[in-house]
Amino acid sequence: MSSRKKVTTGLRKRQTINIEMNVTTETTEKYLNLYTENIGKIKGGSTAFINSFREPAIKKFDELGIPTRKNEAYKYTNLDIFFKNDYHSYFIPGKDDYIKAEEFRCDVAGLDTHGIVLINGFYPTLNGKLRELPGGIWIGSLNEAARKFGSLVEEHYGKYAKSDSDGLIHLNTAMASDGVFVYVPDGAVLKKPVQVVNLVDSGEDIFNQHRNLILVGKNAEFNLIICDHTLSPQKFLTNAVTEVHVGENSHFDLVRVQNEHNNACKITHTFIHQEANSVVSSNNITLHGGLVRNSTYHYLGGEGAETNSFGLFLADKWQHVDNFVNVEHASPNCKSDQLFKGVLDDMSTGAFNGRIYVAQDSQGTLAYQRNNNILLTDDAKMDSKPQLEIYADDVKCSHGATVGQLDDDALFYLQSRGINKREAKLMLMFGFAHEVIQNIKVEALRDRMDGLVMQRLRGELSRCAFCLVKCG
Amino acid sequence: MLIIKDLKAGIEGKAILKGISLEVKPGEIHAIMGPNGSGKSTLASVLVGRELVEVTEGSVTYFGKNLLEMSPEDRSKEGIFLGFQYPIEIPGVSMVNFMKTAVNEHRKHKGLEPLSASDFLKLMREKKELVEIDSKLANRSVNEGYSGGEKKKNEIFQMAMLEPKLAILDETDSGLDIDALRIVANGVNKLRRPDNSTIVITHYQRLLDYIVPDIVHVMYDGRLVKTAGKELALELEEKGYDWIKKEADNKY
Repeated sequence: MSSRKKVTTGLRKRQTINIEMNVTTETTEKYLNLYTENIGKIKGGSTAFINSFREPAIKKFDELGIPTRKNEAYKYTNLDIFFKNDYHSYFIPGKDDYIKAEEFRCDVAGLDTHGIVLINGFYPTLNGKLRELPGGIWIGSLNEAARKFGSLVEEHYGKYAKSDSDGLIHLNTAMASDGVFVYVPDGAVLKKPVQVVNLVDSGEDIFNQHRNLILVGKNAEFNLIICDHTLSPQKFLTNAVTEVHVGENSHFDLVRVQNEHNNACKITHTFIHQEANSVVSSNNITLHGGLVRNSTYHYLGGEGAETNSFGLFLADKWQHVDNFVNVEHASPNCKSDQLFKGVLDDMSTGAFNGRIYVAQDSQGTLAYQRNNNILLTDDAKMDSKPQLEIYADDVKCSHGATVGQLDDDALFYLQSRGINKREAKLMLMFGFAHEVIQNIKVEALRDRMDGLVMQRLRGELSRCAFCLVKCG
Repeated sequence: MLIIKDLKAGIEGKAILKGISLEVKPGEIHAIMGPNGSGKSTLASVLVGRELVEVTEGSVTYFGKNLLEMSPEDRSKEGIFLGFQYPIEIPGVSMVNFMKTAVNEHRKHKGLEPLSASDFLKLMREKKELVEIDSKLANRSVNEGYSGGEKKKNEIFQMAMLEPKLAILDETDSGLDIDALRIVANGVNKLRRPDNSTIVITHYQRLLDYIVPDIVHVMYDGRLVKTAGKELALELEEKGYDWIKKEADNKY
């Protein structure tokens, strides 16, 4: 659909939704208690500035609560299953954890990165929690950075992760202990990506929250890979918030690879704030996980900015994967492109919520969105919802969503060349997934993702190094 | 090699083929002509095993075997090839990967080892030259973003890779300009061997200037209503199909 008229759906009812949501359920109470019990320990590691956000945030969380399905943005995702479980909160890593994280080596062949390994949201390395890379780039602990680069952190922390409807963002602000900080100064170009490996490993069911702050200056170039792994089969709940600020004329590339087990619930909220003529690409590849919810908020805050939001998930058994994307065109002549795909097997479920908001003065906007899904069984279910709110006149906007089976004509075409039906189906599914994978710019990672996706489609477990969990 | 006897078939209960009999011997080129909707493509679909088409009567024997019982992939491996009228675009599946899988399936069927990566690429290069296909096309997804002519050339390229015994070219000439038509026809001619046969399905006589048939059939309303030598094609070009239709309507 090419549109010059105003199209309005969905989220405009936000105000009323807030009222409906304003019910502190029993589950919400549990997390408020967790806060009260642990806030002393949490505050101990952070600076006064970061701690100053905690009290207002927990109040906001108390007000909004854990999102229920009455919240339009969580309409298709029932968080209760995972949130009602009793989790231990994890605040002090043990010695064994340090060793495990130190020994961790990513097994992607030929992938050359600057690595950071976090265990349950903590830096296991006592020394060098914050380190300098060529070009004056700093990576490491947010807590350390808040001490070393106080004014930088104060300029950006908490500025982008804002929400009037999602209590989980506030829960993170209230309780997150640490996370990754990246500072790329003006003009710095780092070709070699930084890779953050988030390991979750514990003998107990644990709840952990990461808080990341990524600052990319002007005329800079930076690639970030975030890998999420679970190492033990306990129930895990992760609620992560990442704030990204990308300066004028800069390029920022984010790839997130999620490979967790069926008892793990992973919730991520990523806020990317772009200045003029910056180019951003975000790619969420969900290979495995019990419940995964990725919210990505793109804010085009300067003229000529371009943002690309990609995502792919493969789900089976009772897995549920929900991608929520919000693209806000707040400046003229910006371009956005969303491409999200899902392959759903068994009785798995998925959701896609893609919102495009074009402000009144954002003339010359180009905004595209595509969501394609393949259901491999009759029991699998996918909900796809585009939401377009356009208040400018000079806008080119298109969206399309499909939920279906493999294309019979394509299947026959492959078979007619001598390829058996099973193999032909695999090729089609692989091709379907590859359209998202091909956007990964780091070649070694792209090849590995192709390989893992193929393994996964063949029904083998696509496992990364160190994974001891038998999810079969 | 191929014997079709009194074949009747339809789609969703609608009769389309109303009794086709045809024998193709090794080395022969048959042309099947006829007006739109006469059942030409349906016949091609039956021969390659499209599930959409239901055979109600008759038999098709291919090298002594019952063709109708074979899966589409087995028919391909036994040497049947269809050049599609509308080649399918398959995003995300590269031509290289597609052809490598297909060629190795064929080799496995013949009891041969899979080709090494370098031997395979060498084979691709040789065959690409044959159909004058742009080498960049091979690195792209199957038919994705190809022009009409490129798609048809790609069909002949695949045919060259798989070296079929019986090639069925369904309206390969449709949508081609004269240069592309010449390239496609040259490709087909270069691939001819004394034991290979071809069925050319076409609406126009034009392609038959380049691929000269031994036998020309005219299909109308699900039947082969006229069979003669290559001169029949010229006669049709001159007089159109109306006189054949009239003859047939009187007969059936």
